[in-house]
Order: sequence, then C-alpha cells, then structure tokens
Amino acid sequence: MTEAAQQELFDKKISADQCIEAKDWMPEDYRKTLIRQISQHAHSEVVGMLPEGNWITRAPSLRRKAVLLAKIQDEGGHGLYLYSAAETLGITRDELYDQLHTGKAKYSSIFNYPSLTWADMGAIGWLVDGAAIMNQVPLCRTSYGPYSRAMIRVCKEESFHQRQGYEIMYTLAKGTEMQKRMAQDALNRWWWPSLMMFGPPDSVSAHSEQSMQWKIKRISNDDLRQKFIDITVEQTKVLGLEVPDKDIKWNEERGHYDFGPINWDEFWNVVKGNGPCNKERLNTRKAAWDNGKWVRDAAMAYAEKKKAKKEEAVLETA
Amino acid sequence: MSAETNRNEWPLWEVFIRSKAGLDHKHAGSLHAADAQMALENARDVYTRRMEGVSIWVVESKHIHASSPDDAEAFFEPANDKIYRHPTFYNLPDEVKYM
Repeated sequence: MTEAAQQELFDKKISADQCIEAKDWMPEDYRKTLIRQISQHAHSEVVGMLPEGNWITRAPSLRRKAVLLAKIQDEGGHGLYLYSAAETLGITRDELYDQLHTGKAKYSSIFNYPSLTWADMGAIGWLVDGAAIMNQVPLCRTSYGPYSRAMIRVCKEESFHQRQGYEIMYTLAKGTEMQKRMAQDALNRWWWPSLMMFGPPDSVSAHSEQSMQWKIKRISNDDLRQKFIDITVEQTKVLGLEVPDKDIKWNEERGHYDFGPINWDEFWNVVKGNGPCNKERLNTRKAAWDNGKWVRDAAMAYAEKKKAKKEEAVLETA
Repeated sequence: MSAETNRNEWPLWEVFIRSKAGLDHKHAGSLHAADAQMALENARDVYTRRMEGVSIWVVESKHIHASSPDDAEAFFEPANDKIYRHPTFYNLPDEVKYM
C-alpha cells in the first residue's frame, strides 16, 4: 500500500471511531505524540508515589497505613500498564526511563510540591486523584487501543484512591479545631496546583488541537477544569471547609462556578524545573534506578545460568 | 524494537489471565521479567491485585507470531463472501418453530 493510501485508511478509522492498534500504520507524528503523552503519564504515576511514600511510616493508624500502601502500590501498577502501552509504539523501557532521568520527558508538575502534613494525604487523594480521574475517564475512549485499555484498567482502580482521600479530609474536618485547621491548610495548598493539572488554557495549549483531531484527547483542558471545579466546590461544602478563591461564585447564566485567575507563571516555573521538589523527586528516581542496577543484573545472570544448565541437561540425556 | 535496545533489559512477556474457571485466558498486558517464574509473580502483582484472576499464562513476547495488519484484508477475504455460513441466510416458513 502507498503511504497516501495508508494515511487515508488511518483517517477513515479515526473518523469512524475505530481503534488504532500497535502494528497498524500510523503517521509518525501520531506515534510521537502518543509516546510523549503516555510516557509522561507513566512517569507521573511513578513519581506520584513519592509524596505519599513520605507518610507511610507516620500514618495515624494501621488501617490508614494499609490503605496508603495499597494506593501507592496501585500507582506503581498504573505506571507499569502505561509503560507497556508506550512500548507497543516501538520505544524500549530503558529509553523511557532514560528520558525521565535526563529530564527530556516531563511528569505532572503537581508532584513537585511537598507533602507537609498528614492532611496532605487526604487532599492529594481527594483533589489530585480527583483531577486525574477527570482527565483519565475520557482517555478510556482515546483512539490508540493499548492506551485506551490501560486507561480502562486505571480508572477502575482509581475511584478508591479519591474516596480514601476524601474520608481522611472528612475525618479531620469533623475533628478537633486543630485537625480542621490542618485540613483547611492542605486544601489551601493543593487547590490551585490541582486546577493546573488540567494543563494550560485551550488558547495557549501547544498540543491540544492536533490531539483532539486524532481523538487522542477527547475533551479540552478548560472544559475538564470547569467540570472539576463545579463538582469539587460542592464536595468542599460537605466538608465545611472553604475553597481558597474569593472569586468562586455560582453563575446562573453559565450554569457553572466562576473562579479567579490561575497563576500560570507559577505553573510554567514548576514545569521548567523550579518547583519546591523537582530536584529531590528526580534524584530519588535516579538513585532508585542506579542502586537497583546490581539487582537487575544479578536476576538476569541467574536466569541465564539456569537456562544454560537446563539446556546442558537436555543435551546429556539426548 | 529500537536499535538502542539495552542488552541488559529484562525480556518482555505477554500476560494472559483466566478471570474465573470456565472462561478463556485473555490478554491483559505485558511486563518485563528475568525469567518465567518472575514473570508469573510480577503478573500476579501487576494485573491481579483485586482477585482478577484464577490462572495466569506468560509467554515471552518474541515467541508470539501475529498476522500482519497490512495484509488483513486479503488474509481474511476468504470468509468475506460466505454469508451462507450464518443461520440468517436461510429462508424458512414462519410456522416452523425452535429452529
């Protein structure tokens, strides 16, 4: 088939809402966009384990500790589903890790903020996982089959993450005066970065338009952000806490909450590597990779030795 | 696979899971492991954290042979014009029951 014919077939599949599968012909830019997006997503899951890992040993009860461990283990699993999906596009796992470690690939900026108190475990589950779910649900219908299947798996597991976070917030908000203050403080610190998780406004988003055409992305950044705000403001009322935005106001005409301006300078500053924890997060990942090298090598050497022995035994009996 | 493939990278395995007795094993995804035993244990941890399986198969990805999507049209063509293989092809009088 000529390239033009293949392009035509690809376009036809996209407009008919058919999935593109790993070995199907696809435009080079589609492949590159997917590798960038899926790997960024995978890196976010893996780096996302770090702020919460900070609190495992200091969880206030055994129940909270078991739950936090299970949530963090899920995130590791989600990273692995997504790395596998990215690898179907012809990039290796080691190359993906290398891109993370050299700073060539990004991960979600939210994880460059520190988790200062136990209430942050509540705010992260409720807001950060909540925003992630809002982003991820439409991705279950993304045009690339392996990515879509990974997202379906992730979304099934993610709902407990948000609920456990909200439960932590609710418990604190209904607790002592000090606990309530702690919950409010966590909400104050995580609110704005959570809104930034939906990415820059549609008017300046570099990759949005093409990704929408390719049906990789199905709903725009601004629409998802608005949906998140509408839902979350109501949930905040149930907690008896206050959203740290004096401009939050129900707009009858639009049928949505109005909200104040987002500090995009802060967002770009963190993306560029100047957030409070960028260096720490990356160094932790690099150290884990470097310090694990001897384990990976030893496992491979052991597997090869066992295989060689087995082959030898077969030869002797022959 | 890329030309820069690291020789030390653990091989890639495809994972198939039977969700309950009576059903087929179904492709779940893939993962890296040094050998089959590790692949099974990793598959358990990655793909069945919520009792999604009662049996797991793993096979090294390099052993899978797949039909080519480029030839799909010609490859599956022989079945394309044989609608008489479907029960709805046949015209039967309405009064015939249970058939």
